[in-house]
Amino acid sequence: MEIAVAVAMLVFAGIVIYGALLAGINWGAEGPRAGFFPFYVGVLILIASLINLVHALRESRKRLFAEWGQLRQVVSVILPLAIYVALVPWLGLYVSSLLLIAVFMKWLGGYGWGPVAALALGVPAAAYVMFEKWFLVPLPKGPIEDLLGL
Amino acid sequence: MEEIANLFGGFATVIQPFNLLVMVIGILLGVVIGVLPGLGGANGVAILLPLTFSMSPTSAIIMLSCIYWGALFGGAITSILFNIPGEPWSVATTFDGHPMARKGQAGEALTAAFTSSFVGALFAVVMITLVAPLVAKFALQFGPPEKFAVYFLAFCSFVGMSKEPPMKTVAAMMIGFALAAVGLDQVTGQLRLTFGINELLTGFDFLIAVIGLFGIGEILLTMEEGLSFRGGYAKINPKVVFQTWRELLKYWATSLRSCVIGCWMGITPAGATPASFMSYGIAKRVSKSGPKFGTGEIEGVVAPETAAHAAGTSALLPMLSLGVPGSPTAAVLLGGLLIWGLQPGPMLFVEQKEFVWGLIASMYLGNLVGLVIVLTCVPMLAAILRIPFSIIAPVILVVCAIGAYTVHNAPFDIVLMAIFGVIGYLLKKTGYPLAPLVLAIVLGDKAEEAFRQSLLGSQGGLGVFFSNTLVSTIMVLGLIALFWPLIQAGWSRVRRALAPA
Repeated sequence: MEIAVAVAMLVFAGIVIYGALLAGINWGAEGPRAGFFPFYVGVLILIASLINLVHALRESRKRLFAEWGQLRQVVSVILPLAIYVALVPWLGLYVSSLLLIAVFMKWLGGYGWGPVAALALGVPAAAYVMFEKWFLVPLPKGPIEDLLGL
Repeated sequence: MEEIANLFGGFATVIQPFNLLVMVIGILLGVVIGVLPGLGGANGVAILLPLTFSMSPTSAIIMLSCIYWGALFGGAITSILFNIPGEPWSVATTFDGHPMARKGQAGEALTAAFTSSFVGALFAVVMITLVAPLVAKFALQFGPPEKFAVYFLAFCSFVGMSKEPPMKTVAAMMIGFALAAVGLDQVTGQLRLTFGINELLTGFDFLIAVIGLFGIGEILLTMEEGLSFRGGYAKINPKVVFQTWRELLKYWATSLRSCVIGCWMGITPAGATPASFMSYGIAKRVSKSGPKFGTGEIEGVVAPETAAHAAGTSALLPMLSLGVPGSPTAAVLLGGLLIWGLQPGPMLFVEQKEFVWGLIASMYLGNLVGLVIVLTCVPMLAAILRIPFSIIAPVILVVCAIGAYTVHNAPFDIVLMAIFGVIGYLLKKTGYPLAPLVLAIVLGDKAEEAFRQSLLGSQGGLGVFFSNTLVSTIMVLGLIALFWPLIQAGWSRVRRALAPA
């Protein structure tokens, strides 16, 4: 895993250096051009992650990144989070949040419908009152809010 | 004497009813944030920052800094009662705090922890009151090369002082700089590193990064451990409090030492976490009851808590006087200053007297109010911890998402937040420090600007960073900090070589 992170950083360094080259890394009419600073930053990432990669290769396979059971737990958060993030532009923040809390409590917590409904409806409702009415900050809304005329 | 008059002016600002209200709300929120897993000082402040846009900067900073104090206090509760550090800097508090709680001395341990926190913070605030104006006055002479040298010093001490392998710190830090560079170049107004993606035009906002890295990343880490809270009840009554206070007087030497360690580690951006470990380690070596540390010694609670709070507070000194934050949370506060249209750095003390002294006065009062609140609210706060994680986790996720969205009212930011969350989890698991990354995102543009302006002045020669005594001193200090582990190793080798002779 450590190797993968180091390699990902190498790729990132490559992107930064390429982008810096596009912006121009040399000395322009008004001094250093836009890519000047990012270029050296990219070079430093490159060097640092190369050293990290060598370290990781040397001591790899000794340490376990995480147990499979732990990873499953983590994925069980990432998955709903990813779906949630994807839903927000379509359904709006309130409905997506309602679904996220409900799924989480039902699936991972194993609660009855009573508490699930109370919290899943309560949190978005509280957020609505606090942001739309109190702080006057509109949050993203979807078709369902339109139907309700909120 | 002028400072004292300013300070009283600050107190006058703070005791306006609205500011007092904001202070109490801030501390309560902060304590809750400190108690909950997945919400820490840095991202708690980041989430609530957008809500303060409509307040006056002074009220806003009072609220946000009080959230920070509250979070510092709150971390101790979970460490002592549940052996779960709510914040990284309270890990050292679990060593003796939790054994005390198991022996039935939870009340004493909590009182000791809160009081030590208060003492540490107070010491640091007094130091800020005395030293910050002087540093600011001094820093007024700084030109671009000196400014860059200060940034250089800050980032070098990160590399040299952190527990993580130096190359991992460098990599994390430089990634922060690269992310800060995305978008519009401030000097030439040219676009860079956007690769034609419209959403990247405005660059990466550090608030989104903080919420993702610290908030979402932390939840993923907590989830991995499959947390289930099991812990005792705690009652604090006045008798226990006064008894403990009397006992604490015996440990004044430990307190004082921890204050000094904390302040030092807070000003150099090493932060509260190493400060608490270092203070605990030294107390263990020096104290008469040292061998008994780890079995529930009250001194083992005093040392790390004092140092952590002193460090957390004094981290604001370089932020206010130099514009270089000493901790991730201070970095977020600094970002807040920029958003409110205030230029952090020495000019703040000249142009925004009311703001600066209001903040300093609120540190005195906020910590006192915080002490009273945590001493009286412990049972309620412990009850929060018994709420199962499968309820807390989705609610925190929603709060983070709302916080990320309200920064720019951009739905894309929620996606970014989630990505940063996964990245934060991976980096944490593989031992990359997150604090330098966040600091680099916040300071990236300013450091780059200072660097390029210096080079402009010198037509590209790096000699400008060694052109006068002031800038060379700071640069050399930076280099010493950068190679500190090597110097230390070399020195002990020299000493060993000399010893037999």
